Amino acid sequence: MSLQPVKFYQTGTFTVGNRLLAPEDRSVQANMQRTNSLNSGHRACQGCGEALGARYAIDAAMNASNRQLIAANATGCLEVFSTPYPETSWQIPWIHSLFGNTAAVATGIAAAIKIKKQKGQGKDVRVVAQGGDGGTTDIGFGCLSGMFERNDDVLYICYDNGGYMNTGVQRSSATPPAARTATTMPLGPEPGNVFGQGKFVPAIAMAHEIPYVATATVADLRDLEYKVTKAMGMRGARYIHILVPCPLGWGTASQDTIRMARLAKETGVFPVFEAEYGEIKSALPIRRPLPVEDYLRPQKRYAHLFGKNPAVATIARIQALADKNIRKYGLLAKEGN
Amino acid sequence: MLKQCEGSHAVAEAVALCRPEVICAYPISPQTHIVEGLGEMVKAEDLKDCEFINVESEFAAMSVAIGSSAAGARTYTATASQGLLYMAEAVYNASGLGLPIVMTVANRAIGAPINIWNDHSDSLSQRDCGWIQLFAETNQEALDLHIQAFKLAEELSLPVMVCMDGFILTHAYERVDVPTQEQVDAYLPPYEPRQVLDVNEPVSIGAMVGPEAFMEVRYLAHAKQMQALELIPQLATEFEKVFGRDSGGLIHTYRAEDAETMVIAMGSVLGTIKDVVDEMRDAGHKIGVLGITTFRPFPLLAVAAALKHCKRFLVLEKSLAVGIGGIVATNVRMAVTGMGLKGYTVVAGLGGRAITMKSLTSLFEKAGRDELDLLTFLDLDWNAVNKQLDREKQTRRSGPAAEAMLRDLGTVASKIS
Amino acid sequence: MFQVRIHGRGGQGVVTAAEMLSIAAFEEGRHAQAFPSFGSERTGAPVVAFCRIADKEIRLREPIMNPDALIIQDPTLLHQVDVFAGLKKDGFILINTNKSFEELGLGDFVRDWHHDRLCTVAATDLSRKHVGRPMPNVPLLGGFAAVSGIIKLESVIMAINDKFSGKVAAGNIAGATEAYDIVRAEMEEARRKEAAHA
Repeated sequence: MSLQPVKFYQTGTFTVGNRLLAPEDRSVQANMQRTNSLNSGHRACQGCGEALGARYAIDAAMNASNRQLIAANATGCLEVFSTPYPETSWQIPWIHSLFGNTAAVATGIAAAIKIKKQKGQGKDVRVVAQGGDGGTTDIGFGCLSGMFERNDDVLYICYDNGGYMNTGVQRSSATPPAARTATTMPLGPEPGNVFGQGKFVPAIAMAHEIPYVATATVADLRDLEYKVTKAMGMRGARYIHILVPCPLGWGTASQDTIRMARLAKETGVFPVFEAEYGEIKSALPIRRPLPVEDYLRPQKRYAHLFGKNPAVATIARIQALADKNIRKYGLLAKEGN
Repeated sequence: MLKQCEGSHAVAEAVALCRPEVICAYPISPQTHIVEGLGEMVKAEDLKDCEFINVESEFAAMSVAIGSSAAGARTYTATASQGLLYMAEAVYNASGLGLPIVMTVANRAIGAPINIWNDHSDSLSQRDCGWIQLFAETNQEALDLHIQAFKLAEELSLPVMVCMDGFILTHAYERVDVPTQEQVDAYLPPYEPRQVLDVNEPVSIGAMVGPEAFMEVRYLAHAKQMQALELIPQLATEFEKVFGRDSGGLIHTYRAEDAETMVIAMGSVLGTIKDVVDEMRDAGHKIGVLGITTFRPFPLLAVAAALKHCKRFLVLEKSLAVGIGGIVATNVRMAVTGMGLKGYTVVAGLGGRAITMKSLTSLFEKAGRDELDLLTFLDLDWNAVNKQLDREKQTRRSGPAAEAMLRDLGTVASKIS
Repeated sequence: MFQVRIHGRGGQGVVTAAEMLSIAAFEEGRHAQAFPSFGSERTGAPVVAFCRIADKEIRLREPIMNPDALIIQDPTLLHQVDVFAGLKKDGFILINTNKSFEELGLGDFVRDWHHDRLCTVAATDLSRKHVGRPMPNVPLLGGFAAVSGIIKLESVIMAINDKFSGKVAAGNIAGATEAYDIVRAEMEEARRKEAAHA
């Protein structure tokens, strides 16, 4: 009897995929014994991409580390909605210090763990640092680079929603070109970031040649769990950058969060790939590339590009960036895939 | 064991004896020799079970210390001047979170204009951040205070800053008595955290606190420093029992019993002051000294008691509260409210300006005759200052003030002091 | 209390000299304090270091304004920096040079001085000879032990062994010892001359 490989594609839920898989291949979230590290009751907005991403990521990290995990968290949406005084939704040891020092705090925790282990006083506990794009690409950038350079044993997870959302949608250096935010209105004749490419930290992380760099989105949660699990199987500095749409900041419907993430990936606007020691190892292929307009139109933060006088040139430039990503990261599915 | 060595080296030895588990630091003059010394000890395995981390900024240094201390490790760092300011956000965070970090501040002036020499403006800029602040008079005391600092920090769950004059103490070779490991172990037990990131008992540390509870949380920080007022003398007494030396404590007095004039100061300048006081006593002046060792918490009662019988006090400080006058002096005045004392503030030694016996003698004699202004800037070159003020009156584009003054001073290299 | 001021240029080991002097005094059971006058470090720039020696704890922290002795590691400083500022009358002066006080233009300055307190020694040459580097500080300490009598040569040797090891230490000891002998001979010569003139 000949064997034919069968591939299952997710269309938005895990249900179909999980039931047909062997238990050990099922998602962490499908497991009734999952830790629910970010427990229900937090105060995130409807449709928050960050809450979704964090829940999957940290549960995967807990699963991979045999529940020996400590988390450091930057100031931002995640920190605020997960610890509304006097409650906390974290089921793991968790520390929030400042906005810009999360990577360094994580370095400190890792150092303490190392010494305790050396002295026979502690077990092999792992460290995760997490922050939004503001706390990672802007104010936390120095500490992040330092942690990379020292190759400290920390997994840093950045939840990128393209702006300082908790404080009212101000731009960060990760805000994509032409997106409207509260602080990119006065720049230039139209609202939206003066055209730049934003600061793409995964590429900068790769330049540090750390053991593992990966990007992910909340549209491919399976893939996200896989990447976190893989990262936890390694030592040294690791970085995972997750695109997490923010319905409020992006002006999208709260039920469209996953769909928006998928569009970001399928248009090439957000490349999904893995790299090790500075070299790209794999990419999540785009089966049918979509024009960037499909991604931009549903978002009110890009509404100024459309209408009676569409900003044709701007949209073309965004398309060119997406095309460049596709080329650079090898995002097109190969023939037969 | 008696040793003749640099102050930084003495401090490094003291810190090493305290069995730190994580040391993280960023270089800045004049603290570099301390951290280099500790790094060498770790490398040579004289200091075991210690993770030494080179960080990329002072902000990172204090942040790494926060993470490490929260995870239960005895943690140490050192900085000065600009570095202390750069980590200021994290300094407040550390005390707010109640983490028993010990940090050396090698006192140095703060720019602009950039200046690498000694004064107290750096530590004093952080006087209200919630850290305990201790000021060493000699290298021996600097060594001793670090040992006491770890014990103090861990008992209260509050960070402690040990301040020592940059260059004047850090880079001076002096005789010190370095304790044995047994002595330090007898005095300082292993770190038992009050709060710790522990997978077996997960806690969330650092959540937001709203108007409902913020005042109470901040009051507790103050209450802890009030506890320190009791604990610091106790620890100094214990220290004397184990090490045989009177070191630390809230204040020290010298020849104060029948003093009519009391000179108050912090740090190494106390040594010069004592030499002047000895000479003046020989000449019949009734003058004494009050050295403040613990600046935060400020020992209001102890200071008031020390000044109870004098007629006047003179605060000689290496700090300036721009826009009002003295920093230490303002704190002292709070202690002596209602006591009817005459008080003089003297700002001296800013940016490493030498404080000489000659100038102090003349100053104290004037104070004794009550001929001093309420605020004096010791040995100020009024000529240079007035020239600059004139210059600024004459032209709008008067140029950078500091550079203009330096031009007036001429070549500095040929000067002795 | 005995106060020594050492003048030189960055790179000539002025600060180390002061430290070693303090170690030598410590080895003799005395209190000593050594510290530099801190300028921006630059090779070739004028540097001053101070050392106080006493039999009880030294509390004073001011720069040495009235030294009992001067060690001048670089004679090119003589007419550039006021190295003699505050020097006590009849203080000790040791200069690193192969010229005489007269030839250096200091004849008038030291006319009424006890000439066995004014010595010169070609320390840079000695250092080149024994250690292979033009570092005058250590031989000068040997010479200083001789001219001032404030520390013993043995103590200087202990200080050398504290700072250096192996061949460098051995070379430095030889350099310091030769300087000591040279200066002693100078002092005897000066005393004989004075006795002859008296």
